[in-house]
Amino acid sequence: MRSPAARYLAALTAIWLAASIMAVETHAEFEIAASEFSGRVSLEGRAFPQTGIDASQRSYTTGFVVEPKLYLEEAGGSSFTLLPFFRYDSVDSVRTHWDLREAYALLYGELGEGEWEVRLGVDRVFWGVAESQHLIDIINQIDFLEHPNGEVKLGQPMVHATWTGDWGTLEFFGLPYHRPRIYPGRRGRLRFAGLVDRERVEYESGAEEWHPDFAARYSHSFGPLDIGVSVFDGTSREATLVCAPPACGGSVFPYVFIPYYSQIRQFGLDAQLTLDSWLLKFEAIHRSGERNPLGREEGIRTALIQGRGFEGILGQYREEEYVAAVVGGEYTFYSVFGSTADVGLLAEWNYDERGRRALPRRQPMTLDNDFFVGVRLGFNDVNSTEITAAFLTDASRETRNLGVEFDRRLFDQWSLHVAANLILSIDPLDVQYVGRRDGFYELHLEYNF
Amino acid sequence: MRINRAYSWALALLAPCLILLFWLGMPPIARPATPEEIGLKIAIESRARDDGFGNFTAKQAMVLRNKQGQESRRQLRVKVLEVAGDGDKSLMVFDEPRDVKGTALLTHAHKQEADDQWLYLPALKRVKRISSSNKSGSFMGSEFSYEDLSPPEVEKFTYRYLRDEPCGDLTCTVSERFPVDKKASGYSRQVVWQDKDELRTWKVEYYDRKDAHLKTLTIGKYRQYLDKYWRAGEMNMVNHLTGKSTVLSWADYQFRTKLKKRDFSKTGLKRAR
Repeated sequence: MRSPAARYLAALTAIWLAASIMAVETHAEFEIAASEFSGRVSLEGRAFPQTGIDASQRSYTTGFVVEPKLYLEEAGGSSFTLLPFFRYDSVDSVRTHWDLREAYALLYGELGEGEWEVRLGVDRVFWGVAESQHLIDIINQIDFLEHPNGEVKLGQPMVHATWTGDWGTLEFFGLPYHRPRIYPGRRGRLRFAGLVDRERVEYESGAEEWHPDFAARYSHSFGPLDIGVSVFDGTSREATLVCAPPACGGSVFPYVFIPYYSQIRQFGLDAQLTLDSWLLKFEAIHRSGERNPLGREEGIRTALIQGRGFEGILGQYREEEYVAAVVGGEYTFYSVFGSTADVGLLAEWNYDERGRRALPRRQPMTLDNDFFVGVRLGFNDVNSTEITAAFLTDASRETRNLGVEFDRRLFDQWSLHVAANLILSIDPLDVQYVGRRDGFYELHLEYNF
Repeated sequence: MRINRAYSWALALLAPCLILLFWLGMPPIARPATPEEIGLKIAIESRARDDGFGNFTAKQAMVLRNKQGQESRRQLRVKVLEVAGDGDKSLMVFDEPRDVKGTALLTHAHKQEADDQWLYLPALKRVKRISSSNKSGSFMGSEFSYEDLSPPEVEKFTYRYLRDEPCGDLTCTVSERFPVDKKASGYSRQVVWQDKDELRTWKVEYYDRKDAHLKTLTIGKYRQYLDKYWRAGEMNMVNHLTGKSTVLSWADYQFRTKLKKRDFSKTGLKRAR
């Protein structure tokens, strides 16, 4: 059986053949009017003050990132973007990985009173307004190896068509291929107790990773109000981790879980009201089709003892339907105390209908009834110095996280990023309790060209 | 005859009275205009001379200098679309410093209500609606604030004409302007020098909220485009409080390009590079 990485390569080749044929058909004489080469190289280090819960995990890691970008533009405005990514990690061979973040052709033109735009290839798409989590954002798989906060995403092959008019923006996404989430390897941190199988990936759909997923979004600005409604129908970006023998549930540690991707449907709503220095934000989803083992431990244990296989164990999982939301805001004090600095205050409340049975989505923490409070201090100096602090606390449990970041440009092309991710306390009843020893510090020295 | 004579006498007496009444009835025409009226008239006229440019693109380079003479550079591209009956739409794309390359700022300016602004962050591919009330904040660490760089909409100030005085080879009118929204602006007033021939702005003095002379902007290297529209080639802002300065140079002005309204939408913002 070929590995998912090899299958992804084959998939990309197929899509690129189709894309190239289309490009040649529509733009027989493609003449480059503008080209640009840019990118970044980053030297990075991470330190975990506590040892991992598994003795094979390391407490220090160093590495680097290379992310060049090529942009070609044709006289008519059509363009092609190529943005590969490579990460080297000194400790975890799985975290040493590459990805095609972007590789797409962009075409656009007039359509009646409005315009059409098509992006064909691998791209990244961001939806949403909130800061503590990106609830409605669903097009791309996250690059969990890069950072557990879910901000970094894997490239997603897609056909993305946009129709814009005075009435708003309507977008359609055809997503022909699913990218599984990749979890850190044996020596890596932030993987918690177990490992996740990279060879065996299970899908609810018989078409497996080739199941055609669809998404659509309508968005518009009404004066100070920006609003969006979205729908996604297809393969979940979050894996249900299944513990099935022999790799899991026996006496060999660490356990290796099998990732299972359900077919889900998600409706999303996002809104932001911008009034003077206030930003008021709201995001909500309704999701159905995902499997959840929480609350079914008895049945799962019985199935394990009875020696039933993967299907038997998965059969014990509850298929669920739930609503989740983020509501909050941001207020900025500009030019405080006669200085050039700005101080932004952020507060958000995260809700999940499932309560204690909530599973993590885009980040390894459950956000069922959690308050987020943040401060952003922007100095607006020549070096763009910025300090942010974010505090996340579970209103019903003893789980508290604190993140502090410092960013500053050192010279014209060099910049520094220092961050601390501290776990202040964690409730033993929390799903993320297994990550209790994974607080860390990191430092990036970045060169931009 | 007698009657006629008497009539003409009456007419001779009445005529000046009628003229006087007529004169009082239409004060703006004949009564000497107040300094406020002259100031407003100059502002309206300057704005009117820029009407009809359609759209333009240009490149901006900034050199930021601190008191010790250390320099830092910024580079960006600007696209501006004229909107009939409302403020302009503009798109700024940053090229340097390299860590913010590709970041873009879309502004839909309005004459009366607050401007709409969206920021595009290329690393996350995220479009973020931002507050436009940050008028007084520094633009990219430079001595220019956002309000210094946005075209002065007539409605956003009240005016007072001060005097005429020679400026170089030209004669300039000197006027004061006061922000209508005093909370949003970082200034209590600005003093503006404009030449009487073309109404080009050559110098602006900025007074902070305590009415201390904060900054002076000198503008030069004017060039005329399409035989009508004057655009500056260089703007030098000096901060008297900190001793820092920023020189903003404009280059590659192109008028009436293919730019359309759609390039100034949120979808267009994501395409900016």
